[in-house]
Amino acid sequence: MRRLYGPAGWTALGASAALLFVAVPLLSLAVPPGSAFHLSQYWVTLLGKIMCYAIVALAMDLVWGYAGILSLGQGLFFALGGYAMGMYLMRQIGREGQYQSDLPDFMVFLDWQAFPWHWWNTDQFWWCALLAVGVPGLLAFVFGYFAFRSRVKGVYFSIITQALTYAAMLLFFRNETGFGGNNGFTDFKRILGYPIATAETRVALVVATGAALLGTLLLARWLVTSRFGRVLAAIRDAETRVAFCGYHTLHYKLFVFTLAAMICGLAGALYVPQVGIINPSEMSPANSIEIAIWVAVGGRGTLVGAIVGAGLVNGAKSFFTQAFPEFWLYFLGLLFIAVTLFLPRGVVGLFARRGAGAA
Amino acid sequence: MRAFLLAFLVVAVPARALDEGAVHRLVFGDADERSQAIAALVAEGDPRAATLLRALAEGEVATAGRRILLVKGETVADALTGEALASPPEAREEVVANNRLRREIEAALAALQLVSPARDARLAAARALAGGADETLRPLVRRALAEETDPEVRALLELAAASLELRGGDRQARLSAIRTLGASASPQARTLLAALLETRSDGGFAEPDPEVRAAAQAALRAVEARLAWGEFAGLAFAGLSLGSILLLAALGLAITYGVMGVINMAHGEMIMVGAYATYVVQSLFRAHAPEAFGAYLAFAVPAAFAAAALLGMALERGVIRRLYGRPLETLLATWGLSLILMQAVRTLFGAQNVQVEAPAWLAGGVELFAGVVLPWNRIAIVAFAAAVLGGTWLLLARTRLGLFVRGVTQNRDMAACLGVPTARVDTLAFGLGSGIAGLAGCALTQIGNVGPDLGQAYIVDSFMVVVFGGVGQLAGTVVAALALGFVNKLLEAWSGAVIAKIAVLVFVIFFIQRRPQGLFALKGRAAQG
Amino acid sequence: MKRRTFTRLALAAAVAAIGLGSSALHAQQKTVKIGVLHSLSGTMAISETVLKDMVLMAVEEINAKGGVLGHRIEPVVVDPASNWPLFAEKARQLLTQDKVAVVFGCWTSVSRKSVLPVFEELNGLLFYPVQYEGEEISRNVFYTGAAPNQQAIPAVEYLMSKEGGSVRRFVLLGTDYVYPRTTNKILRAFLKSKGIPESDIMEEYTPFGHTDYQTIIARIKKFASEGKKTAIISTINGDSNVPFYRELAAQGVKATDVPSVAFSVGEEELRGVDTKPLVGHLAAWNYFMSLKNPENDAWKKRWAEYTKAKKLPYASKPLTNDPMEATYIGVYMWKQAVEKAKSFEVDKVRPAVYGQTFKAPSGFTIKMDEKNHHLHKPVFIGEVRADGQFNVVWKSAGPIKAQPWSPFIPGNEKRKDEPALMAEKK
Repeated sequence: MRRLYGPAGWTALGASAALLFVAVPLLSLAVPPGSAFHLSQYWVTLLGKIMCYAIVALAMDLVWGYAGILSLGQGLFFALGGYAMGMYLMRQIGREGQYQSDLPDFMVFLDWQAFPWHWWNTDQFWWCALLAVGVPGLLAFVFGYFAFRSRVKGVYFSIITQALTYAAMLLFFRNETGFGGNNGFTDFKRILGYPIATAETRVALVVATGAALLGTLLLARWLVTSRFGRVLAAIRDAETRVAFCGYHTLHYKLFVFTLAAMICGLAGALYVPQVGIINPSEMSPANSIEIAIWVAVGGRGTLVGAIVGAGLVNGAKSFFTQAFPEFWLYFLGLLFIAVTLFLPRGVVGLFARRGAGAA
Repeated sequence: MRAFLLAFLVVAVPARALDEGAVHRLVFGDADERSQAIAALVAEGDPRAATLLRALAEGEVATAGRRILLVKGETVADALTGEALASPPEAREEVVANNRLRREIEAALAALQLVSPARDARLAAARALAGGADETLRPLVRRALAEETDPEVRALLELAAASLELRGGDRQARLSAIRTLGASASPQARTLLAALLETRSDGGFAEPDPEVRAAAQAALRAVEARLAWGEFAGLAFAGLSLGSILLLAALGLAITYGVMGVINMAHGEMIMVGAYATYVVQSLFRAHAPEAFGAYLAFAVPAAFAAAALLGMALERGVIRRLYGRPLETLLATWGLSLILMQAVRTLFGAQNVQVEAPAWLAGGVELFAGVVLPWNRIAIVAFAAAVLGGTWLLLARTRLGLFVRGVTQNRDMAACLGVPTARVDTLAFGLGSGIAGLAGCALTQIGNVGPDLGQAYIVDSFMVVVFGGVGQLAGTVVAALALGFVNKLLEAWSGAVIAKIAVLVFVIFFIQRRPQGLFALKGRAAQG
Repeated sequence: MKRRTFTRLALAAAVAAIGLGSSALHAQQKTVKIGVLHSLSGTMAISETVLKDMVLMAVEEINAKGGVLGHRIEPVVVDPASNWPLFAEKARQLLTQDKVAVVFGCWTSVSRKSVLPVFEELNGLLFYPVQYEGEEISRNVFYTGAAPNQQAIPAVEYLMSKEGGSVRRFVLLGTDYVYPRTTNKILRAFLKSKGIPESDIMEEYTPFGHTDYQTIIARIKKFASEGKKTAIISTINGDSNVPFYRELAAQGVKATDVPSVAFSVGEEELRGVDTKPLVGHLAAWNYFMSLKNPENDAWKKRWAEYTKAKKLPYASKPLTNDPMEATYIGVYMWKQAVEKAKSFEVDKVRPAVYGQTFKAPSGFTIKMDEKNHHLHKPVFIGEVRADGQFNVVWKSAGPIKAQPWSPFIPGNEKRKDEPALMAEKK
């Protein structure tokens, strides 16, 4: 325990956990809507969404901040997790779709008579949960194995991961692929038998997301403070040297890349029931690049930074797209440039000297 | 209607005033009345009738009350008398011609043109009829064929005559018609021949004579073989065209990546800037020198290059230089730049696409085979890509700057030690790469949209070309661009556009994993990067 | 650290302040908020930005005449940035944070599908102004664009008529997403009912943003040369239209030989196109800018003045189109319904919208159906002119009732032509 965080760190974590697991449910469910302390559905959903992004940012930080691999395909893994959960949610609609069929509406519409093979067993929650982390993990493992074995690195790796997510996006856009084409999955009714739109379900999802976020944070912290984490950082700084010291850099990179993909898949699975839609545009190259900027804004190589960055950028996005819609892209663009030029260690880096231990 | 028309054509009718009743029916009547009016007017053989019909097809006829006017730009003339009006009525109603009317007018005019003294007019008319002429035109086609001396027009007329004989002629005439059709390479010939081999609903053949059927079968095979070749040639050209577009888009990126080792995510926006520069030049020409509009591209090309190159150099000085040695951060910063550039263009020019009109000399195409048209704009882009490639090669291989660029690409530190001003080379190389992207944008205005998102469509593709080809050698980029263009088009013909694109991407991803250095790699220690 | 401390601190502070900020309070008396949910950035900005401005113009008109029920309308404009989950988030924000009385917005089907659960959950009201594939009636949405029977089917009937060229062979070409797929499915069934065999129909889809139509047009030419008059039914989306039309012209496909009719191409889409080679190609809509009637003239004039007054980027060439007209109708239908209901409450406004009429710029008096949440709209078929406008070559005798559940899709005959009751939903 002590290796992970100092006393201040654990206190902060405990406070966040208390806030998430006690204050959020209380404020949104127990406090009446008229009260000034009431936490509205909008904020609950927004909080859940941003925490999902924070989990993705943590995963990105592991591969980029610690292992120095800039993957521009994390959005793909996120979306795959989302699609796995989406398949389950589509099955949960049952016969309440527009066409009152066992098949989802889009399949009825394409005149399909039965579920295609990849929908096998998707009415089981456990199977979809397994798919949500297993498919991204497997894809990352296979892709990473070949890429790292051939020593594809640096911008090359960034570009081919970008091409990968782009190709996947085109694939999922096709209606024949069997994932609802451009519309993706939407209009979910319930999850695990509970109606999905009620305040209670939402709070439960947010709490689950919060738990996943804290769990991921601890796992990541445990990893990066271990010997494994130090080897990763060494690979980031001088891969050839580490290899000459007798380490199989392939194994380390492959492990962290696969793990990050699985974490992204988990985040995607939590994201979809909360925002109510998954569609191929989540795989667009721009989304994956944005993930990188969350981490850069918060501060690479600091786990807290990734979470802070995801929160700041997405908070800014929600604010800007409301207050100054025309300026959102200017702001985002300037953020990319300013952070890389002036804040190489991110927002957290500004305070790092004072709280080196706490971060 | 055509029989009616021909009766008058064959017996030359002396010119008299335009039939007022027919003109009124043409303008105010319902669809069928209009058809009859066209026949009646053409039958008069009056050149004014042809003028009126052509004007109607072009949408240049208007009415003011019961008065019928020809409106050509600023001049307004009375349609019946042909006299220009000094004070044209203000309240005019345009007469709408739809496709059917235009088609009838075209056919009527073509029939008139078949005996025109001008070769081009006869050629156009013969081409219109070659696809299967109306039965009523048989005497006219025969007469024209008897008088025609031009081989190209003759060939087309023979085709038209053959299609007529096939339907109405005796056995011998049908066989000779089949031979004529069998020697052609037109899709219409295939349709006509295939029709002979069809079975009727009662089980019998459309063509009762077995010998004629056998001849038709053989002729059909010959035509189809020729058409298949034409199709393949068309496909190959499509691949070449796509390849040259990819080459233009990727060439600049290959240079900047080769020299500086950074990926410029704003490269697509350099393409966009070039396209908008072309738009600005075009608008200036339209506003100030409409008579020289056809020449605007000559000015747009340098403008596109200069705009993108200057912007590129400014970005290199302002942003990219500060991130030297941090390629991943450069990638993110240039992505930010691309967002800003896109939004800036939206603010300046609006989110909508802007219109870049192609000059007249790029319109249309050259007909390779019957049915396979190579558009001039695509031919021009292929030539343009070749010229840009040649220019770039000369610059890199024959100039001092080129020597420096190659030196820095191969070994930056060594080049610096030998006194190469690497900082200046970086700026200039970045300007060159951006300028070439601007040229790509200029070329793209001739085939697609010009809008703020223009560059985004090409960014992933141009990366693929660069990594596939390998860094540091022009040959790699060229081969990669053409190969991806051809493969994409061949796959597309076989599997559809989406799968083709996915397959190409997946292929490149696998290729890079097998051979990270790309097709053409620099040898030696420099390649370790 | 020292040298740049100030810069860094300032930056961090700015970032933090923006991140934590929330919308300012606009506390004014007697105002009612309405939401405008159109993408102002991203790929859909090209189409949706004008719709936002059209809503604002209609609001300004209404406010100038004293507002609605004595309330000034205060539009809340948000930017969902062509991002579908963000559409849902922004819809929730408009309904719960800003507490808007009604929302005007969405363009793509996927954005509508994304916000639909939010509107149903929070019982909001959405006016959706774009032609779409049908197969949906939500009690929380009023559809002011065309259903397939108000656009696609009349267009095909026209092509099959003598006037339209007696077409007997069809190329169904579209972008691969739900609107083209559904429309083509309906058209296939319709053509079958008219005795067109399967072998005379070619169906082809391209990805979003497809720019290279060389091979497809070569294939179409081959298909068209195999006998019988052929036409192209294009449901190509947005940006791909320009390369498609350019290639069509370059390969010498003329409208008199192989006409194409489009359902997603209007005045705005042709803005970036040199239309001279396209003269004669067709489009089917419920409104064309070139329509001649007093309502349209006045409306176009007001729009031109509005774009000038607000210095909008398109002020130099103000265009109007079908979705803009549908947006405009929607705003006024809502206003009239509020006045009829004497309330802004959704449950009172909704029944008041039923049967509402409006003298629209199309020159017809448009009625909202009493039950099915769609408008009765006239249909116009136009041929492209050299100046980018359309010549109307056919129009329906009067407004046509929408069939959101197309009778050409099997199973739809059992469906009720009205929204499902909430009880059935739950």
